[in-house]
Amino acid sequence: MGLGAYYDNYILVLIFMLLGVALPVVSLTFGRFVRPKNPYAEKITTYESGIQPEGDAQVRYHVAYYIVALEFIIFDVETVFLIPWAVTLDQLGWVGLNLMLIFIAILALGLAYSWKKKVLEWN
Amino acid sequence: MDYLLMFLYAVAVLMVLLGGVTFAILAERKVIGAMQLRPGPNRHGPWGVFQTIADVLKLLLKEDVIPANADKKIFVLAPVLAFAPAFSVMAVLVYSSTVGGADINIGVIYFLGVSSITMLGVLMGGWSSNNKYALFGSIRGVAQMVSYELPLILSIIGVIIMVGSLNLTDIVNYQANMGMWFIVPQFLGFAVYMISSIAELNRSPFDLPEAESELVAGFFTEYSGFRFAMFMLAEYTYAIAIAGLATTLFLGGWLGPAFLPEIVWFMLKVVAVMFIWFWLTATLPRARVDQLMNFGWKVLIPVALLNIVLTSIYKVWMG
Repeated sequence: MGLGAYYDNYILVLIFMLLGVALPVVSLTFGRFVRPKNPYAEKITTYESGIQPEGDAQVRYHVAYYIVALEFIIFDVETVFLIPWAVTLDQLGWVGLNLMLIFIAILALGLAYSWKKKVLEWN
Repeated sequence: MDYLLMFLYAVAVLMVLLGGVTFAILAERKVIGAMQLRPGPNRHGPWGVFQTIADVLKLLLKEDVIPANADKKIFVLAPVLAFAPAFSVMAVLVYSSTVGGADINIGVIYFLGVSSITMLGVLMGGWSSNNKYALFGSIRGVAQMVSYELPLILSIIGVIIMVGSLNLTDIVNYQANMGMWFIVPQFLGFAVYMISSIAELNRSPFDLPEAESELVAGFFTEYSGFRFAMFMLAEYTYAIAIAGLATTLFLGGWLGPAFLPEIVWFMLKVVAVMFIWFWLTATLPRARVDQLMNFGWKVLIPVALLNIVLTSIYKVWMG
């Protein structure tokens, strides 16, 4: 495969991305000509089961969601390490395997710790 | 390759996809209807085949209401950000030994990386709506999607270890040489993949972000008309893409007896994976948030890690 063909494959990816953006943008723009537009104060209030909306919804929410995000970052970085290792395991052999088993064991220990600390509990 | 040809290929995939989404929605309603002993949609055309088309046309003609309190720029951007990545990942899927998209070496990473952008659409849509139901739906959705993204990726690593490549064509060719599909040697990985893909797609029984009995419609409560249609389209596009990846990784892609064309085998397998999801939707009640989170962190991630350890030991043992 030549270098030109190599880049061509990424151009195809780019075309897919552009088309993915274009479809909603174009259809919503053209939809403007066929759909009615009649906003009034009652219609554009926030929906809250038919009563007057109370306060703002862009508020601070439960801390448990931040903890999930933190845990996610740790394990996501782990998977980033695992993927190149998985591809080249053929050449790494037993040494590479043992090193990664130690790495996975440390992470499993971390998961067990947060399990014990009840970080994963939802109340 | 000619650029015009590439563009035509992308347009062709988009058209097939839109048709596929139309009939996937109809099939879901028909299958669940049949499982619950009711006919499902049956008014528009024979067997209700035009139901989804009628729905889309109706949504196109509906007013596009943007709430006064909404953060308008983000509100408008969210459906685009939900759909574009779901479609972009189709660029690397390979449908037969001759028909396929971009043949890039990082196919699997590209797929996983780009598909997680969909999550941003959920978060932005829920937050910018300035609606409490939408906020709950979106933060639940993002917590669930990040939690289940990990087992999803970890379950795929088993396959990557066996093949030693991230290219989707290589993965299918490896299964052809091995003489069996990865669903057999990677059964643990397949089980984890199927369960976490349901959560990743916000499908029942893990449809907490749009739990209609408690959150109205979840993160797209405030969306109406064609913007709502875009969220639905994104959801089903992503479902078809994830089913396509499951087919490629675990079900042998286009492989199958020669009496049917390869591309038909690929599509049949995608339909089979989607049928399993519809079946689960009709069968299981919705999980609670704490059950969902516990299951992801305490069962699926350890099982997926175990699968990686077993697969890597096997691989190195066998040389």
